[in-house]
Amino acid sequence: MSKLLVNEKEIVVPGQEIAEGIDFLPGDDVIRDKDKLVSTKLGMVSLNGRLVRVVALNGPYLPKRGDLVIGKVVGVGLGGWRVNIGWPFEANLSVKDASSDFIEKGADLSKYFNYGDYVMVEIINVSSFKLIDLSMKGPGLRKLGSGRILRVPSPKVPRIIGKQGSMIGLIKDYTGCKVSVGQNGFIWLSGDDPKKEVLAIKAIEKIEAESHTSGLTDRMKTYLESEKNGL
Amino acid sequence: MAYDKRLDGRKFDELRPVEAKVGVVPRAVGSAMFKIGKTIAVAAVHGPRELYPAAFQNPTSGVLRCNYNMMAFSGSGDRVRPGPNRRSKEISMVMEKALMPVVDLSAYPGSVVDVFVELIQTDAGTRCAGICAAAMALAHAGIPMKDLVSSVAVGRVGGKIVLDLSKEEEDYEGHATDIATAFSIRTGQVTLLQMDGPLTREELKKALELAKKGCEDIKKIQTAALKIKYGDSK
Repeated sequence: MSKLLVNEKEIVVPGQEIAEGIDFLPGDDVIRDKDKLVSTKLGMVSLNGRLVRVVALNGPYLPKRGDLVIGKVVGVGLGGWRVNIGWPFEANLSVKDASSDFIEKGADLSKYFNYGDYVMVEIINVSSFKLIDLSMKGPGLRKLGSGRILRVPSPKVPRIIGKQGSMIGLIKDYTGCKVSVGQNGFIWLSGDDPKKEVLAIKAIEKIEAESHTSGLTDRMKTYLESEKNGL
Repeated sequence: MAYDKRLDGRKFDELRPVEAKVGVVPRAVGSAMFKIGKTIAVAAVHGPRELYPAAFQNPTSGVLRCNYNMMAFSGSGDRVRPGPNRRSKEISMVMEKALMPVVDLSAYPGSVVDVFVELIQTDAGTRCAGICAAAMALAHAGIPMKDLVSSVAVGRVGGKIVLDLSKEEEDYEGHATDIATAFSIRTGQVTLLQMDGPLTREELKKALELAKKGCEDIKKIQTAALKIKYGDSK
């Protein structure tokens, strides 16, 4: 007999038994130990048919192919740039993937992206933990201009974006800021008024703190509505 | 003199009052405070990040690095000389070994997860408090773990097997034996066992059973502290 030992959406801790029996399958952040399913992270239980997974509340970013991330240029070389994407090792953005313009061989690459610049890039290859290739060819991929950079834990990114971008759309509508969110938890935002930027940052921090609660979009709407008058 | 009553009036199998809190260092990836009696440990987790010198990197798995430190004002009056010493080096090492069996860093090869444990106030059982705090901080940081680690000291004072010795009991006249233990309760693994003093085989058996019971209680407190951080009061 298989049965669940916790309720759906319950908070579990590492080592907590979630289900018993072989009918359930371990998903993300869940391992099987004999006939038990055990959580490996602090997170919320989520069920999808027979698949049991834990939605982690915090954790390091794991680079995946196809992720759109924001990174900081930390190295300029002859053949490309080194970019910090919030992973222990720097990722590589090569000249051929950086631009469709013609860049002469041996050109000074710091004219394009210099140390400290932030870029929105796509991960095109993760060949090993130390070799991550980036590309800037694609819609929305660009060098990020002046603005503010925030960092949130990467498991909170889906909540900040919301279903079909509902949450981030809300922030953009109410504050008029331009906001870009990377899968790695880096957020870039820029607005015409510092007060509006501060409100957007406060809103993002609020989502980060309450990401595990339900009905957040509605509450954010009320929050932004009440704060808007102060602008 | 027979040891009929403990110096602080506790039962022989009773822990000192325990308090635990998660998220005490907002700038760290994960952090926790663990207080048992007068001993207070604060742990902060940073990383995974690149490990230097590169020769220490492990290309198949991440490395866990603990650092134990007693603060200068933490002791019973004498100033603790700051900086690493032989004792803190040893405790850092045993803390790593106590946590390593449950921590899975295979997804972060070549990197290091740093755990800094600071003892703000010390009154015996510091390595145990440090391990409890570190386990909670790692869980809070979202590092994959097979279980939490709970840790407590047991020992023999005046011929009686007692749980969670205080400093006065450690210094009790005659022989006081002190055993630091850590358990992964779910898997039943003993991850730390350090004995200081003589003990018979039967007494050791009895002491370890007592320690396991104590760790089960501590694990409940650790679990509750992690859950309450996210508004789950159960």
